Amino acid sequence: MHAHGRIALTLILNGAPCTASVAPSDTLLDLLRDQLHLTGTKKGCDMGACGACTVLVDGRRITSCLTLALAHDGAAVTTIEGIGTPDEPHPLQAAFIRHDALQCGYCTPGQIMSGIAVIAENPSSRDAIREAMSGNLCRGGAHPNIIDAIAEVAGL
Amino acid sequence: MNGFTYARAATLAEAIGGTFIAGGTDLLQLWKIGAATPAALVDITSLPLAGITTSANGVLIGAVARLADVARHPAVPKLVTDAIMASASGQIRNMATVGGNLLQRTRCPYFRSADLPCNKRAPNSGCGAIAGQNRAAALFGASLACVASHPSDLAVALAALDAEIDIHGATGPRRLAIADFYRLPGDAPERDTMLAPGELITGIFIPTPTGRTIYLKIRDRASFEFAVLSVAVSLTVEAGIIIRARIVAGSVAPMPWRLHAVEAALIGRAPDAASFTAAAAVAAEGAQPLPHNNFKITLLRRAVARALGEAA
Ligand SMILES: Cc1cc2nc3c(=O)[nH]c(=O)nc-3n(C[C@H](O)[C@H](O)[C@H](O)COP(=O)(O)OP(=O)(O)OC[C@H]3O[C@@H](n4cnc5c(N)ncnc54)[C@H](O)[C@@H]3O)c2cc1C
Ligand code: SF4
Ligand code: FES
Repeated sequence: MHAHGRIALTLILNGAPCTASVAPSDTLLDLLRDQLHLTGTKKGCDMGACGACTVLVDGRRITSCLTLALAHDGAAVTTIEGIGTPDEPHPLQAAFIRHDALQCGYCTPGQIMSGIAVIAENPSSRDAIREAMSGNLCRGGAHPNIIDAIAEVAGL
Repeated sequence: MNGFTYARAATLAEAIGGTFIAGGTDLLQLWKIGAATPAALVDITSLPLAGITTSANGVLIGAVARLADVARHPAVPKLVTDAIMASASGQIRNMATVGGNLLQRTRCPYFRSADLPCNKRAPNSGCGAIAGQNRAAALFGASLACVASHPSDLAVALAALDAEIDIHGATGPRRLAIADFYRLPGDAPERDTMLAPGELITGIFIPTPTGRTIYLKIRDRASFEFAVLSVAVSLTVEAGIIIRARIVAGSVAPMPWRLHAVEAALIGRAPDAASFTAAAAVAAEGAQPLPHNNFKITLLRRAVARALGEAA
């Protein structure tokens, strides 16, 4: 059956069940930002090319701008809001602060979500981290510090 | 951006005949700029076509297997893994499927701007690239109607391994050699492949490679970029003599482009520097460059020479 109009969808969002009703053409990014008001996930290019919208879906990093929300019915979605708090930051968030791994901060949520997944992928070297992080652009040029922060948490 | 309906297919029968979305990474880009206007999307990622199975003579990759999962599978030939790992980003590779990768559309900037003339996107509107920006255009196989090149890295590796594409349509299954899968633009550039509307790719069969392989991708930056051009090499050497060669160039034609002259120059020769230099010299035979892509003639010869040297 082809569904017209809005369709109900369930996510495990940052660990808690969440239901929403979306248009078939809503991207996961638009659902997160516009409907669920989780604006930590950023929209840079809306074309898969910058990485600012990176979130984890069932533990895998994806660019949420280039995927339909309905493709993820039932999935576990983790955004920057779900990984740490100001009092208890995620180890990678703390490392970003230590290494001054940002300039304006717009790409930072995407960098951190991507970095968390890269660390889980067990990179073998600093160069492997650089290559794995090439999908996250930083117009402020903080890349060396970003790699430093990820390498430290990865134990490299 | 037009609206569309969405349904998830659970069986082949439910899917066939529809307009498919897999990873969505190319379709949604095209939809956002108005170059694709689907009315009813059928999501095929729940079909039982994500598996990777091995047999005595090769490996069968399900069409909706994600690029990242294919690249890390131990039974997948290294040439394919290398081509995938040189494609897109970690995020995109987690979403993109192998079937969708083969069917991604050209990166020609006129095709990807809904306001500009492009025969491939809007038949009979003219080709903006021929007299305009044609750095990404084809050296081989183009027509007066369209000079676009195909951007897939995976397809180039598959062509060097004589892979086959499993297709399922209203009349049942069929299998096409990758060499017969893509079509040249001729006077109908809107059709990239031999796939009929509503036909589904179900899998890709890759025969076990017999020799040494290499994938060389030349980009404008070191990572996360489409190819300026690429070269896939598969060489089989027996008793010191090259007995089989597949030399395929990417992003220089509307399909992975076999360099038959290079292959012919290698067969029967020893895999040494003299053979490679002589073979690379004929890499651009038959090329028809345009003003902005003629530098690729030299680049292609050098890339073939380097790839052969690294494969040996
Ligand atoms: C930022 C970015 C960078 C990229 N860089 C590269 C690169 O360097 N190298 C490279 O090779 N690619 C690159 N790509 C392209 C990417 O690899 C493709 O977009 C992706 O592989 C398409 O797969 P998909 O599953 O997302 O396809 P979709 O977008 O879902 O589908 C694409 C098309 O194929 C059709 N389709 C999909 N599956 C099937 C099937 N099984 N049977 C029949 N029809 C089907 C769909 O209907 C649609 O027309 C890049 C993409 C992005 C966004
Ligand atoms: S080369 Fe092909 S895709 Fe590019 S503008 Fe011309 S017709 Fe369109
Ligand atoms: S906003 Fe998604 S990759 Fe740029």
